Amino acid sequence: MEQQVATFNVKKGLAQMLKGGVIMDVVTVEHAKIAEDAGAVAVMALERVPADIRADGGVARMSDPELILQIMDAVSIPVMAKCRIGHFVEAQILESLGVDYIDESEVLTPADEAHHINKHNFKVPFVCGCRNLGEALRRVGEGAAMMRTKGEAGTGDIVEAVRHARTVMGEIRLIQSMPEEELMSYAKKIGAPYELVKETRELGKMPVVNFAAGGIATPADAALMMQLGVDGVFVGSGIFKSGDPAKRANAIVKATTHYNDPKILAEISRNLGEPMVGRQVTDIPESELIAQRGW
Amino acid sequence: MEIGVLALQGDFIEHCKALQSIGVKARLVKQPKDLADLPGLIIPGGESTTIGKLATAYDLMTPLRQFGAEHAIWGTCAGAIFLSKDAEREQPLLNLMDIQVQRNAFGRQVDSFEIDLPVPFLPDGEDRPYHAVFIRAPIIKSVYGDAKALLTLPDGQIVVAQQNKLLATSFHPELTQDARFHQYFVELATL
Repeated sequence: MEQQVATFNVKKGLAQMLKGGVIMDVVTVEHAKIAEDAGAVAVMALERVPADIRADGGVARMSDPELILQIMDAVSIPVMAKCRIGHFVEAQILESLGVDYIDESEVLTPADEAHHINKHNFKVPFVCGCRNLGEALRRVGEGAAMMRTKGEAGTGDIVEAVRHARTVMGEIRLIQSMPEEELMSYAKKIGAPYELVKETRELGKMPVVNFAAGGIATPADAALMMQLGVDGVFVGSGIFKSGDPAKRANAIVKATTHYNDPKILAEISRNLGEPMVGRQVTDIPESELIAQRGW
Repeated sequence: MEIGVLALQGDFIEHCKALQSIGVKARLVKQPKDLADLPGLIIPGGESTTIGKLATAYDLMTPLRQFGAEHAIWGTCAGAIFLSKDAEREQPLLNLMDIQVQRNAFGRQVDSFEIDLPVPFLPDGEDRPYHAVFIRAPIIKSVYGDAKALLTLPDGQIVVAQQNKLLATSFHPELTQDARFHQYFVELATL
């Protein structure tokens, strides 16, 4: 009766437990408690939400471990934290703190413009962003145990989240309709490991849990992503940049459960106060787009 | 034959698939009306605080308690916490089982583990161990009243308890391809 820890099974298993839930960005202990009270399944501990990172400019790095530890102490739900793309030392530090999941995130300034972290080397599981199936399966190949479609973080504009979710789902449908002999060439075309393309085809879905992120600001946005077929949602700036964070957080949690029931969605969308001030993605210069970070 | 699976949050689809693999229909339960005529209900893994809050918000607490007074309920991990009378902290609980649970008893995610356990009360349970997956898992710290400990880890910590038709497991049989636990529960529900 040998215990095996940190297997891929338990890494992706935690993501399975988060399904149908909302993971919320929090920057203080107080936010973390509001998120937990509202029914969040996990919190992402960071110093600035994406909307502020966007507004402030400069280099965005891993958060102060002190802040992360305080948030870990304050809540009973899983705590995630972000490291820069390719910055495996930030990841080592986060692992040593005992965070439950690491987000190797394009929202922070990349540390390596060619390589992501070899996530197989860690006991802690990783979530990564994707815009399409090829990017998703490269990350899974590197050891990611959970994916999220990227959207465009910090905008409150859902259009990119929809684009990325539709792209991934469309590509999965495409490989399912292909004869098997075409898979290798398709794997080459999208730059994905062949075995994972095959596995995705057999499963009819990604081999790990896939959430939506980047631009979700309302209960209807969350429900839209769920109806498009994602397993759950990340909400970054959308909650704590709104007029009444506790109320909005709670409404988005309910919308993620009752995503198929327009009557319930109408009820929980009432009187939520001001949503975050959005920024239309088409107004953002291409050099400032976050989603394109990742290789 | 149809078994309900509470579908507020968590890995309810995995439970549905396990039920379907043994020829049992699964019904997603999100509102009180969905409980009608079911012989049993599974409460999946997930976050127990989230499940409790959503159950409270959608007036499921009383219907679930009434259901559990007559019918079978099986809680896995978060579901086991939700069934308990005591989780050592303030959160919505069904108060159905005479068990005290400790959340995240093994530590944080990096301490999550898998282990093969002999389970004497399952078919071939001694010869063919059950592969148990523990994820930020609770333990059942104590059983009292009508609840009985059915299975412990080698160090004696309780990981399965039963009280008449109520069943609690710390681990996730829905994450394996071995449906013996689901079969056990379906038989319990139809006794």
